[in-house]
Amino acid sequence: MFNYYQEIISEAVNSLLANKVRTFLAILGIVIGIASVIMMISLGEASKKSVETQIKSLGANLLTIMPGAATSGGVRQAAGSSSSLTLDDALAIKENFLDKYVTDVSPELSRRSQVVYGRQNTNTQIIGVYPSYQILRNITLSEGEFVSQFDVGGIRLVAVLGPQVVSDLFEEGVNPVGQTVRIAGKSFRVIGVTESKGGSGFFNQDDMIFVPLPTAQKILFGTDYLSSIAVGVKNEGLMNQARDEIGYFLLARHKINSPYQADFSIMSQADILQTATSVTSTFTNLLSGIAAISLLVGGIGIMNIMLVSVVERTREIGLRKALGAKNKIVILQFLTESIILTLIGGLIGVISGIGFYFILAKLLSFSFILSVWGILLSVFVSSAIGIIFGYYPAKKAANLSPIEALRYE
Amino acid sequence: MLIRLKNITKVYKNHFVETKALNGVMLSIEKGEFVAIMGPSGSGKSTLLHILGLLDKPTTGDYFFEGKKVNEFDEDQLADFRNQKIGFVFQAYNLLPRISALKNVALPLVYQGVEKEEREKRAFEELKAVGLEDKINHFPNQISGGQQQRVAIARALVTNPSIILADEPTGNLASLQAKEIMNIFKNLNKKGKTIILITHEEDIAGWAKRVIKIRDGRINN
Repeated sequence: MFNYYQEIISEAVNSLLANKVRTFLAILGIVIGIASVIMMISLGEASKKSVETQIKSLGANLLTIMPGAATSGGVRQAAGSSSSLTLDDALAIKENFLDKYVTDVSPELSRRSQVVYGRQNTNTQIIGVYPSYQILRNITLSEGEFVSQFDVGGIRLVAVLGPQVVSDLFEEGVNPVGQTVRIAGKSFRVIGVTESKGGSGFFNQDDMIFVPLPTAQKILFGTDYLSSIAVGVKNEGLMNQARDEIGYFLLARHKINSPYQADFSIMSQADILQTATSVTSTFTNLLSGIAAISLLVGGIGIMNIMLVSVVERTREIGLRKALGAKNKIVILQFLTESIILTLIGGLIGVISGIGFYFILAKLLSFSFILSVWGILLSVFVSSAIGIIFGYYPAKKAANLSPIEALRYE
Repeated sequence: MLIRLKNITKVYKNHFVETKALNGVMLSIEKGEFVAIMGPSGSGKSTLLHILGLLDKPTTGDYFFEGKKVNEFDEDQLADFRNQKIGFVFQAYNLLPRISALKNVALPLVYQGVEKEEREKRAFEELKAVGLEDKINHFPNQISGGQQQRVAIARALVTNPSIILADEPTGNLASLQAKEIMNIFKNLNKKGKTIILITHEEDIAGWAKRVIKIRDGRINN
């Protein structure tokens, strides 16, 4: 058996080289299939990673308390639409849990508003904050300073801009610190610029303006309520316990008996992460499914080529059988050809898939993470395709009767 | 006794008709014979050759080869038997076009699992015996028809088989080349090789020591 093998491989290579164009086209199908599978799996992993890092950059060990859905005339509105959280809630949580679980508490009010500087204007997220926001949400500044206790106490009209806002409003080279911008018609002095956290679209943390919370409540939006309270927890192990205790504490404060009627919800970073990644992984699975179909089509291409090859070499097969080739040797010979085709296709596919993914990752500014798992899977799948789609033609060749085959012209 | 056929019949069926290609053939061939089987086309001589060459099985009857009842062998046993005991020479030479003369001759040894070096040594010896030692690296399309048939004879001999089965071996050749080929068979027979030749030409059959005539699936004595 082993002695044949060297010969069988060299014969397989020989016959593949005899029909270069056909061999190339058969390989091309597999290349495209494998390359797209690699690309899709890698892009999926990368986008999952990027969502993860963005959410982590919002702050680790963080609980976010949001108002529950408001009910208006029996109609339930969207979550977060009710006004149930107040600054007093936030301060009470801090007071009660500071020693046990909590490092700090950040009350937040977030609304969209129009911002104007000179002749430029943009619509962006305005967030009213306490100084504690900076630590809890991992904010670092590239210029100036963050909202201070004095700004909060004095209800000052000061603003800290995100880098996206800066590039939208200011010309290059202008230092925004010290300039005056108009938010909802009121003049604010810029006291700082945050450092870029990256990200885009839904999770863009660069497109924001921070103002002192009382300024946002009283001067800009005219409300006493909060849109969220962020609670920093001492360590990860305390997260569930802290969530439960803070939950019951707030229920008691709001005079609600059952947790099912709560007018707020508490989410950990893990909860948010799970929601966000389930969206991306559905998308990734869809794309990978489409890629897998193209791989299947490539496999059918291989089967087609091998069937043509069997018909063309009917005489050769008959002769080999007359000279003593057993059926399993004939099968082995044709399977070897199809496996060589798919393995070469698989290798080129892996290389070009990684190449395209590298280019795409650069263009979309994704991180370039190679999925070893994806590569191994592709090589395995491509040889499996060689066997599965090569078997039928090989079996057909082996079942030819030697006299029929020798008679064939 | 090398070969004994007992009451061999072969019936081909399609959806509507049955054709009796062989109808009770009795035949014995001794070791060292040079036999020509003659008959017009449709007489059943090709069918007889296929059965003798273990490429096809008889419908009824028994076939003994060196005392073994080969009509009861399975496909793998038949493949081994063809490989070791029978050397085929075909009218159309049937060499593989993409490999050299030397590799063509060595091919049956591949299926015996013989090492490459040994294979090529033995193949070279056989090519030398038919006078083609200077053509070992030529491809089939680079040599003449007579030379191709000599390569095919070398291939038939490389496994040192018990018999050589030749099916119209000179059918595609001019008379001078045909004579060369028949001379090779004659010399092989002189050295003790058993040869069975199928032909419809009287002068080719004349080279054999014994002529068997077949007509309508029966052997006439």
